[in-house]
Amino acid sequence: MSDAVQLPSTILRIPRLGSARSLINALIGIAALMGVWWLGGFIVENDPDLYAFSDFAPAPTLERLWEMIVSGEVLTMSGPSLQRVGLGLLFAAAFGVPVGILIGRAPRIHEVTNVPFQFLRMISPLSWMPIAVMAFDTWDGAIVFLIAMAAVWPILFSTAAGVRRIDPAWLKVARNLGAGPLHLLGTVILPAIAVDVMQGIRLALGVAWVVLVPAEYLGVTSGLGFAINDARDTLDYSRLAATVVVIGVIGFALDAAIGQLVKKFNWVRAAAH
Amino acid sequence: MAMTLTLSDSAAQGAQDAPHRRAVPVGAHVAIKGLSHAYRRHDGKVLDGIDFEIKAGEIVALLGRSGCGKSTLLHMLSGLTHPSEGEVVINGNRIHEPSPKWVMMFQAPSLFPWMTVAQNAALGLKFTRRNDQIAKRIPEILELVDLGAFADRNAQELSGGQQQRVALARSLAPKPEMLLLDEPFSALDAFTRRNLQRDVRQIARDLGLTLVLVTHDVGEAVRMADRVIVLKANPGRVFEDTVITLSEEERSGGSDEFQAEHSRLMNIYSQAADAPGEETETPNDFTQI
Ligand SMILES: Nc1ncnc2c1ncn2[C@@H]1O[C@H](COP(=O)(O)OP(=O)(O)O)[C@@H](O)[C@H]1O
Ligand SMILES: [Mg+2]
Repeated sequence: MSDAVQLPSTILRIPRLGSARSLINALIGIAALMGVWWLGGFIVENDPDLYAFSDFAPAPTLERLWEMIVSGEVLTMSGPSLQRVGLGLLFAAAFGVPVGILIGRAPRIHEVTNVPFQFLRMISPLSWMPIAVMAFDTWDGAIVFLIAMAAVWPILFSTAAGVRRIDPAWLKVARNLGAGPLHLLGTVILPAIAVDVMQGIRLALGVAWVVLVPAEYLGVTSGLGFAINDARDTLDYSRLAATVVVIGVIGFALDAAIGQLVKKFNWVRAAAH
Repeated sequence: MAMTLTLSDSAAQGAQDAPHRRAVPVGAHVAIKGLSHAYRRHDGKVLDGIDFEIKAGEIVALLGRSGCGKSTLLHMLSGLTHPSEGEVVINGNRIHEPSPKWVMMFQAPSLFPWMTVAQNAALGLKFTRRNDQIAKRIPEILELVDLGAFADRNAQELSGGQQQRVALARSLAPKPEMLLLDEPFSALDAFTRRNLQRDVRQIARDLGLTLVLVTHDVGEAVRMADRVIVLKANPGRVFEDTVITLSEEERSGGSDEFQAEHSRLMNIYSQAADAPGEETETPNDFTQI
């Protein structure tokens, strides 16, 4: 029917994992990655100039990874990193969501803030490093700041875009039924944009996780970035490679978990039209 | 259509408010006084010198061709927009803002797609802090609009006609005194539209609600309204104010009486649509919808 609920047209459809075919394809992809890794290890091992780096190969790495899991080292090194990323995302969301809503609701504020925000967004978060180091007493504070600087923009822009797509008729209907400003926020705006906010957080997590490692090269003596740096300095290459695997696996798992949340908050029913 | 009306408390509430002539009088009384409107400073008036009253419980159609200012007038009645000149007085009070006592319905049902049918219907009670009434009232009201079995379905899973019924339930749940309908059935197929026209009239009569219906469909006006106010455009003015005297059976269409009323009204509608436009002076205040 032509009068079906008017839906914002640009909501991303979330691909359905879980069918047998996509599982098989995913396994093929993983196998290919392992193959390339193994091939790289094979070449390194057979080249006298590179022989020192042969611990990067899958076998020594995975063996070492197992040891690190069993000894609890994986937990000890990822705990502080997860905490920093979590705090950084929290601050980014605490600023990005309300400001994003304001920008989405008020064209004036959008016009005033657009240039400064786009400008700031284009600055690599790592270039704030000297400022962060000066401004914060602790290395931890500086790292959380850098992560928040990286994470705030996707959250803010995604929130604002979601708010701009809200059907004005929803607000009119709510106002007519007696909704006050808090009702409009809690019953219309937030549920309507929940999926956009989660998608913003998902993008933000991707950036934050990438920024984390170089940020942890600084000062701190814990976390995944520190572990990488430390392993390099001690020429402990199997540990270095195992840490890289840990970083990849955690990043992937976090992204998948937020992907599930995005799905949960996505109110678009595909069959509606 | 389930017509068992267990909504006695709303009737009692209305009876205390004011004694009206309907059996179950809860409807609002409306007086529009010297109302004119222009959207922008240098544009002519969209509405000019509108004056009429609507009795409590009356079903009135505002009929006129597209662009004659029907929707603008309805927005003024709802309090969502303010007229440049003149006033709207409901139950003796000049209105300044929207109120859940007079609810608008539009062509698009605009349900919240993240909610179930029952949650959508309960919005008005929630907004007016009557959460304690939801458990009893919502099943009742969904039964009234024939959607009892759909309470827990997502709003997006319903057909257009069913969605419009949810919008009707959502409007009725907070026990309004008046419904303001802006061509709410024009996107529906003919069969669904007829059913809704019949049911909405029936519900409004049984509840004693005042109903103001904006339409450009002469048949809809004849089927639904006790009284039709025909508007002409440029500027919007009352062209003719006429009573429809059909019985409930005759309204379903087909009878000679229905045909006669339909032709009579079609005639007035055409005259109003052909009436020449004129220049107007712009009033002093301006508001945007
Ligand atoms: N928000 C608005 N701003 C400016 N002009 C408007 C606005 N809404 C309606 N109009 C104009 O007012 C006139 C009457 O519109 P409307 O009340 O929607 O008529 P109808 O509902 O009878 O079709 C039209 O000429 C329309 O272009
Ligand atoms: Mg209109």
